[in-house]
Amino acid sequence: MANKVIQALYNDDDVLMLAVKKVKAAKHHIEEVYCPFPVHGLDKAMGLAPTRLAITAFMYGLVGLAVAITMMNYIMIEDWPQDIGGKPSFSYLENMPAFVPIMFELTVFFAAHLMVITFYMRSRLWPFKKAENPDVRTTDDLFLMEIEIHDNEADLHALLAETGAVEIKVSQK
Amino acid sequence: MYTFSNRLKIASFILMAVGAIGIAIGFMSAPSNVAEAKAIVAAQADGHGDAHATEDHAVSDGATETHDEDHASMTDHEMTSDAHASDAHETEAHVAEASHSADPHASEAHSEDHSAAHDEHVLHQLQNKPWAALYVAAFFFFMIALGVLAFYAIQRAAQAGWSPLLFRVMEGITAYLVPGGIIVFLILVASVAHMNHLFVWMDPEVVAHDALIEGKSGYLNGPFFLVRAAIFLSGWIAYRWYSRKLSLAQDAADDNTNFVKNFRLSAAFLVFYLVTESMMSWDWIMSIDPHWFSTLFGWYIFASMFVSGITVIALVTIYLKSKGLLEQVNDSHIHDLAKFMFGISVFWTYLWFSQFMLIWYSNIPEEVTYYVTRIQDYNLPFFGMLALNFIFPLLLLMNSDFKRVNWFVVMTGIVILAGHYLDIFNAIMPSAVGDQWFIGIPEIGAVLFFAGLFIYTVFNALTKAPITPKHNPFIEESKHFHY
Repeated sequence: MANKVIQALYNDDDVLMLAVKKVKAAKHHIEEVYCPFPVHGLDKAMGLAPTRLAITAFMYGLVGLAVAITMMNYIMIEDWPQDIGGKPSFSYLENMPAFVPIMFELTVFFAAHLMVITFYMRSRLWPFKKAENPDVRTTDDLFLMEIEIHDNEADLHALLAETGAVEIKVSQK
Repeated sequence: MYTFSNRLKIASFILMAVGAIGIAIGFMSAPSNVAEAKAIVAAQADGHGDAHATEDHAVSDGATETHDEDHASMTDHEMTSDAHASDAHETEAHVAEASHSADPHASEAHSEDHSAAHDEHVLHQLQNKPWAALYVAAFFFFMIALGVLAFYAIQRAAQAGWSPLLFRVMEGITAYLVPGGIIVFLILVASVAHMNHLFVWMDPEVVAHDALIEGKSGYLNGPFFLVRAAIFLSGWIAYRWYSRKLSLAQDAADDNTNFVKNFRLSAAFLVFYLVTESMMSWDWIMSIDPHWFSTLFGWYIFASMFVSGITVIALVTIYLKSKGLLEQVNDSHIHDLAKFMFGISVFWTYLWFSQFMLIWYSNIPEEVTYYVTRIQDYNLPFFGMLALNFIFPLLLLMNSDFKRVNWFVVMTGIVILAGHYLDIFNAIMPSAVGDQWFIGIPEIGAVLFFAGLFIYTVFNALTKAPITPKHNPFIEESKHFHY
């Protein structure tokens, strides 16, 4: 893997957005963009496929809801029947209002935590992993756009310089 | 500039005319004496083709048992929520009689008294019905305008950048505050003048025998009630009038003084609004059932009017866009309105559930009767409303892309409006007409009438000013709004 990539650095998110649109219009494939903060609409401008994280979140929520119902049915109704609010009906459905807060909390808990974990795994992030960041300044105040070079270094250099990049460099990957 | 299309104008007149006929039928078919009331109840039982009900009716003339049974099962909710039984003295008598009936020596005289009281009671409920139908619809459309007014004031006070393009739409909808507010006020005046019996605490006979209502009579009395209503309405209408004036003045101005004034005015108005809206909900809705109370009722009604108002903003905006106006309103504006529809629907459910769960859990008789009546006699509208107001918006508007599909927002908006009409229906009807409710000609007629009046007023107000504000300092941001 001795691919050469060209990296352009920008110091403003609006300039970056315009640059991404120009590069896309010139039909170049953008390898990656590194940002110090999330830029609204960047994923659409880069032409990334929509995230499927929301679908997993919905399913994790359903799992959480199921866990809450099963758990409380076992604890409060079957294993040790509770007299809830002076209504000893020992029926899950009739005591449902008392369980709603827990059902809600566990739905949110499962959806949130499992979604974050999924995100980490999908992004290949785990403890002690070495950062893939090509330039440390993208964690501070600069935005970096990375494009693979296929014998068109001069073209790309000219195009990126025109989009308002503050620095352009070529590196091996 | 928007011109009120003839088709829409004619449609609004037709709605008003048909609605007025429906309202008139409701008033004319209300019984004027006990015999007529009995006939109506009997016809209902026959009409439903319920063999059991007719059988009951056949024996009920002579037999005392049926009546007593009826009453024994009703006493629990008659205690507090039933408008005319809220006379504590009378209720005690009911309970006593209900327990007597278990006694084989129960005297016939007692139960005859009792059934007469019951018939009288049904008569009052049926007489209340057309008034309640009118009041529910009048209040529902009024609260849409009031909810939009609150939303508008929040946008002004927050100096929101995305919404100035929609200000004229909101100002158009709040124009309904004046006719809508006057009609609601007139219905309240009619109640105080004893033309109807929606508010049981207005009846001096009832108050004299009811220690609880008597204790509240320093607050709940006719003159003070109307004075409060007048203060609320004039405050809201005054803000709306002055803010609209400043908004129009800003169009012609070359500095931002009108805008800044409007900002200060809106922030001050929100304080006034939050206090008066809460008191309004106690006065106009909660006091229909004067024994029952809930401390978050004001918020609950607020959530209902807020989500209905935002929904109507979305519907009117989409309608105007379909006519080629508001070109600069883009998908992201609709998306934001739909997000609010989604979010406030969930907020409404949160408040509904907070109120329900605490009362259900503590199970205190004076509080829980409110829900006992609704679950027993209003089962379908009560739980149906939850589906319409929570489950539908939750599932339909959860997906980000669906919030940008106009017809999807319109469909969900109609569901939300129907659900919140039912919400107000459930809040007012059980105490006003008890188990004699039905969504028939008077109810639908009243909805149609006020829908027609609402459409006429709103779209008429929209023609009065350019549909896109000029010189609002945030208008450029609003035009370029993207999410």
